[in-house]
Amino acid sequence: MLLTIEGLTKRYGTGDAALNGVDLAIPAGEVVGLIGPSGAGKSTLIRCINRLVEPTAGRVFLAGDEVTGRRDLRFMRRRMGMIFQEFALVERLTVMENVLSGRLGYVPYWRSLLRRYPAADVQRAFATLDRVGLLDHVDKRADALSGGQRQRVGIARALLQQPDILLVDEPTASLDPKTSRQIMRLICEVCAERSLAAVVNMHDVALAQMFLSRIVGLRQGRVVYDGPSNGLTPEVLTVIYGEEDWTRSAQRDDDVADEDVHGARPHGREPLAAVG
Amino acid sequence: MSTLASYPTRWRRPPFIASAYWRWAIYGGALVYLVLAVGSVEVNWARLAEGLQRGGRLFAGFLTPDFVSRWSDIVIGMQESLTMTVTSTVAGILVSVPIGVGAARNLTPLPVYLACRAVIALSRTFQEVIIAILFVAMVGFGPLAGFLTLTFGTIDFLAKLLAEDIEDIDKGQVEAIRSTGGSWLQLLDYAVTPQVMPRLIGLSLYRLDINFRESAVVGIVGAGGIGATLNTALDRYEYDSAAAVLLLIILIVMAAEYGSGLIRARLQ
Ligand SMILES: Nc1ncnc2c1ncn2[C@@H]1O[C@H](COP(=O)(O)OP(=O)(O)OP(=O)(O)O)[C@@H](O)[C@H]1O
Ligand SMILES: [Mg+2]
Repeated sequence: MLLTIEGLTKRYGTGDAALNGVDLAIPAGEVVGLIGPSGAGKSTLIRCINRLVEPTAGRVFLAGDEVTGRRDLRFMRRRMGMIFQEFALVERLTVMENVLSGRLGYVPYWRSLLRRYPAADVQRAFATLDRVGLLDHVDKRADALSGGQRQRVGIARALLQQPDILLVDEPTASLDPKTSRQIMRLICEVCAERSLAAVVNMHDVALAQMFLSRIVGLRQGRVVYDGPSNGLTPEVLTVIYGEEDWTRSAQRDDDVADEDVHGARPHGREPLAAVG
Repeated sequence: MSTLASYPTRWRRPPFIASAYWRWAIYGGALVYLVLAVGSVEVNWARLAEGLQRGGRLFAGFLTPDFVSRWSDIVIGMQESLTMTVTSTVAGILVSVPIGVGAARNLTPLPVYLACRAVIALSRTFQEVIIAILFVAMVGFGPLAGFLTLTFGTIDFLAKLLAEDIEDIDKGQVEAIRSTGGSWLQLLDYAVTPQVMPRLIGLSLYRLDINFRESAVVGIVGAGGIGATLNTALDRYEYDSAAAVLLLIILIVMAAEYGSGLIRARLQ
C-alpha cells in the first residue's frame, strides 16, 4: 500500500472528534474520491495526512515510512502534493515562482531566495506548465489569472514536487461546472500518466462518480462507505448524507459539450515522457 | 404564512446599550462631565493676549522669512536632521523586521513571541520626547541622541504594525508553502514576504516622514538637528529666522509626502 491510515483520530480544542478512528489504505496509482456532508471531516482527514493538522491519535504511513510522530516532516511533506479549493497560490508571485515553489522541499534556502533553481527543476517547471496549458502565462502574477487557470497553477505546483500522492481538497468547489470537469479530467490524467495516487475531496457526487472509480464516504468522522463509485445507491447516499430523495437529485448531464483542456493547445501533451 | 398586513411595518436597529435606563444614565452622565470639565479649565486671558501678540509677530516673521542671517546654522541643522532621519529609519527597519516577525503569533513559538511582544510593549511605554531626554542624559547633547531616539521610535512603530500585518496574512498561502515541504525561512520568503512587503515599504516611507518631523521635535530637548536651530532662533526672538526654518521643514515634509506617495502608487 502506498498510503496506509490506521485509527486516525482528531479532536479540535474541546469539541467532539472531527475524525474518529479512520482506517484507509490506498495502493500506488489509485485515485480515491472522498465524499461526505459538510463537517464530516474530509478536510481534516486530508490535512492530517501531511500534518498541516496534527492528528490526536492514529498513524499514517507513506510507502512504509511513518509520517506521524517524526520530526523531519519536511522530507515527508515534499512527497505529498496538495491542491486547494481556494487555489492557495501566492498572489503576488509570478506563475513560475508559484510552480517552482513546489521544489522548496528539495532545494537549499539560498537557491529559493535568489530564485536560482537547478536547471532540471526549471525545465520541469516549463514542461509541467505546458502540460497544464499555461505556457503563455509564465511571468504573469498569480492574481492576474482566472479561477481555472489558478487551479492549473496549483496542480503544476503540486506536480513539481514529484510526489507519490496528491492530496486534493475540493479542487472544483470554486469553479463553474465546465471548468470543474476540465480540472477533474486534468487531475485524473496527470495521475494516470505518472501512476500517482490521490485523495480527492468532493462535494459533487455526480462529478466524483464521473471521474473516480473508488469512493470513500465519511460521516461524522467515520468511514461509512468504501467501494466502487457505481455502488453509490440511494441507500448508500442516505447512510452518508442522511435522508433525501436521491433518485430525483441525480441529474445526468453527460451530454453537455465540454471541450478538452487542450482543445486549443494540441502540443500540450508532447513533453510528457520527459516530465514523467 | 399569514397575510402581509399582519407583519409589523416598523423596524429599528437595536441600540448599542440595551437598557433605556442605563442608556440615559451613561449618555447624560458623560454630557454633565463634559460641561463641568470645560468649565473647570482656567484661562488666563491676559497671558493669552500677550501670547497672541507674540504669535502675531511669529506670523509676521513668516511673511518676511530670513533665510540669510542664520543660513549656516540652518544648513548644519538640516544636514544633521536629514542624516538622523535616514540613518535612524534604516537602523530601525533592520532591527524591527526580526522583532516584528518574532512577534507574529502565527509564525513563532510562544516564548519567542512573548519576548518580542515584551520588547515592543516596553518601547511603546515612553513618548519620544522622554526617550530623547533619557538619551541626551546618556550620550550627551547632539545628533547621536537624536539618532538613538528615532531608531527606538521606529522599532516600536514598525515592529508592532509588521507583526499585526503578518498575523493577518492569508492562511491558505502559508499552508500551501508549508505543504510543499518548505523550511521556515522559505516559508517566510515565499508565503509571508510577498503578502506584507508592499505595506512594509509603505510603512517605512511613512516612518521616514515621521522621523524627519520628530527630528525637529527631539532637537528642542537637545538631541541635535534642525530642532536645535529652531529652538535657538526662538530663544533669541529671531522670529524671521525661525519662520525660515519652519518653512523649510514644511517644504521637506511636503516633498517627502509627495515622493512617498509616488513610490507607494507604483508598488500596488
Ligand atoms: N481549525 C478548527 N478548529 C476547530 N474545529 C474545527 C477546525 N477545523 C474543522 N473543525 C471542525 O471539525 C469538523 C470537521 O471539519 P472539516 O473541515 O474537516 O469538514 P469537511 O468535511 O471538510 O467540511 P466541508 O465539506 O464543509 O469542507 C467540523 O465539525 C468543524 O467544525
Ligand atoms: Mg472541507
